[in-house]
Amino acid sequence: MTQAQTMERPGQTVGGVEKVLEIEDLKTHFFTRDGVVRAVDGVSYHVLKGETLGVVGESGCGKSVTALSVLRLIAKPGRIVQGKIKISGRNLLELSEEEMRSIRGNDISMIFQEPMTSLNPVLTLGRQIAETIMLHQGLSKKDAWDKSVEMLKLVRIPEAERRVHEYPFQMSGGMRQRVMIAMALSCNPKVLLADEPTTALDVTIQAQILHLMLELKEKLGTAIVLITHDLGVVAETCQRIVVMYAGKKVEEATADELFERPLHPYTVGLMKSIPRLDRAATTEHPGRLMEIPGMVPSLKNMPPGCAFAPRCSFATERCRREVPAFEMKASGHYSACFNSDKVAEIYHG
Amino acid sequence: MYAYLIRRILATIPVMAVVAVFVFSLLFLSPGDPAAIIAGDLATADDIARIRERLGLNEPFLVQFGKWTFNLMQGDLGVSIFSNLPVSKLMLQRLEPTLMLTTTTLIIAICAAVPMGVIAAWKAGTIIDRGVMLFAVLGFSFPSFVLGYLLIYGFAIKLEVLPVQGYTSISKGFGPFLNNIILPSMTLGMVQAALIARMTRTSVLEVLAEDYIRTAHSKGLATSKVLIGHALKNAAVPIVTIIGISFALLIGGAIITESVFAIPGLGRLTVDAILRRDYPIIQGVILVFSGAYVLVNLAVDIIYTFLDPRIRY
Repeated sequence: MTQAQTMERPGQTVGGVEKVLEIEDLKTHFFTRDGVVRAVDGVSYHVLKGETLGVVGESGCGKSVTALSVLRLIAKPGRIVQGKIKISGRNLLELSEEEMRSIRGNDISMIFQEPMTSLNPVLTLGRQIAETIMLHQGLSKKDAWDKSVEMLKLVRIPEAERRVHEYPFQMSGGMRQRVMIAMALSCNPKVLLADEPTTALDVTIQAQILHLMLELKEKLGTAIVLITHDLGVVAETCQRIVVMYAGKKVEEATADELFERPLHPYTVGLMKSIPRLDRAATTEHPGRLMEIPGMVPSLKNMPPGCAFAPRCSFATERCRREVPAFEMKASGHYSACFNSDKVAEIYHG
Repeated sequence: MYAYLIRRILATIPVMAVVAVFVFSLLFLSPGDPAAIIAGDLATADDIARIRERLGLNEPFLVQFGKWTFNLMQGDLGVSIFSNLPVSKLMLQRLEPTLMLTTTTLIIAICAAVPMGVIAAWKAGTIIDRGVMLFAVLGFSFPSFVLGYLLIYGFAIKLEVLPVQGYTSISKGFGPFLNNIILPSMTLGMVQAALIARMTRTSVLEVLAEDYIRTAHSKGLATSKVLIGHALKNAAVPIVTIIGISFALLIGGAIITESVFAIPGLGRLTVDAILRRDYPIIQGVILVFSGAYVLVNLAVDIIYTFLDPRIRY
């Protein structure tokens, strides 16, 4: 099959909408001296064209490693040991390094958590944005710089013509994240991987950046994978949500369904740990924030049964022995828990 | 930025003043009476006294220092005790070979060491990295005079492709000049290259762990572009610093190398002057070398501003 044919082959569709990114049974392991860390252990998810998918979980649950795996930017001793990552039907794990480079920043871009350190401190903003444009779109230097100014305007950097010649240290964190977004979207990617894009920012700036991302998504038709630990952010922005725990997917549903009827005790735990002003006074523990007891288990040394069992108030003997399958519990609502019914009942009761 | 430059240039003045005081004191602190040396073995006490009078050696320290500094300002470094020729003239004659040797050496060292260091950092932990590190350790610990003789033995005597020693001025053609300068430059450059390669590796390795390198990769840039365009530019400040500092090694090394390869440069002039206790020449050489060192480090500070915008603003 020629390359052109491969490129034109569309991805599978759901309800007539194309899946732009599909991750199938991805396993990314880190082969450290103390043993194998299964950072991502059989994760599958997909994003539809123009959709915003939320990937939620605590630090260390493998959500960032999954995203880096998509770009094949896993550094040693890490390695993708199994799975498929398809962009418009084309498996990225079968591409040569050179072909992969033409995907990065072009079909898939990524923005990172730390806007303060994610831009090169000694290069001008224009140089950093134009570099990507010249690389993937073959524009001349001058045209690429013009496009950079345009991109900066798009992310509402004031005085873009002047700012394009400035350096990252002359900008605030929020501005830098805007620049990152401008850079990531400069080649009209099909998918934008946003890894905790607002975590390091002030709350007021967080909202601005989120709204900007959503607005540009509408304008440019980019699908977004929004990786975050903040359910509040996800609730506002995403159509569908994947909840991850200890390298595995534990729940998946549309945003409305998930918040209405969570089926995994971990998801419930995450929801209860969000401070809510309207609930505080009426619950049994007024003003008290619920936390999930314990810590994420060591990924080197997983318990034999469900990874969440040691921290779970619903856990039974069976949970500690058997790994629950990730299965459909209701239409379009998946969960990996033996006690989903009980969870739903108690959450509503 | 201009304020920074002016501040930096003004800061060299006290440094040079301290050097001048030190250099002048050399004459007072070192053992042996220059007058007695000039007069020779057969001189009488009267002869020596006359010479002391003529040289002004009987005057108080401060008066002598004042006169010396005054002359220095006008470019007068005194007269060689041995040959009676002005020191400035003697040094000017010897300047070209040394200048050429040090320049060629720096160029060779930088061109070899920086790519080696970058590749070692990129391939950290592999056999390539270990090879570069081995070279760095060997290059640093191998005495340059031994290396010089080994190179002469190999290239000049066994292979007969390069001359054993001597110097040809660049004005007589680039080819002959290069023929003569290549072995001394390699000898002198080994320590330099070892030092620069090591610093480059460390500095680039540190930068490669930064978030913006991940960003650069995520944009789809080729490894070479990430290494040179993104990593090296950030790693450059410590590398340029070490090049500036290693300039001192270069001056010391030039003296030995010029002796090994019989190059008629400032190094040879210095060795001869030390052997003959020709103090005015020693003073002149120290002043010029110190001045060169200060200038090189001034240049390094100016280069910083081009490398890192945070220093510029």
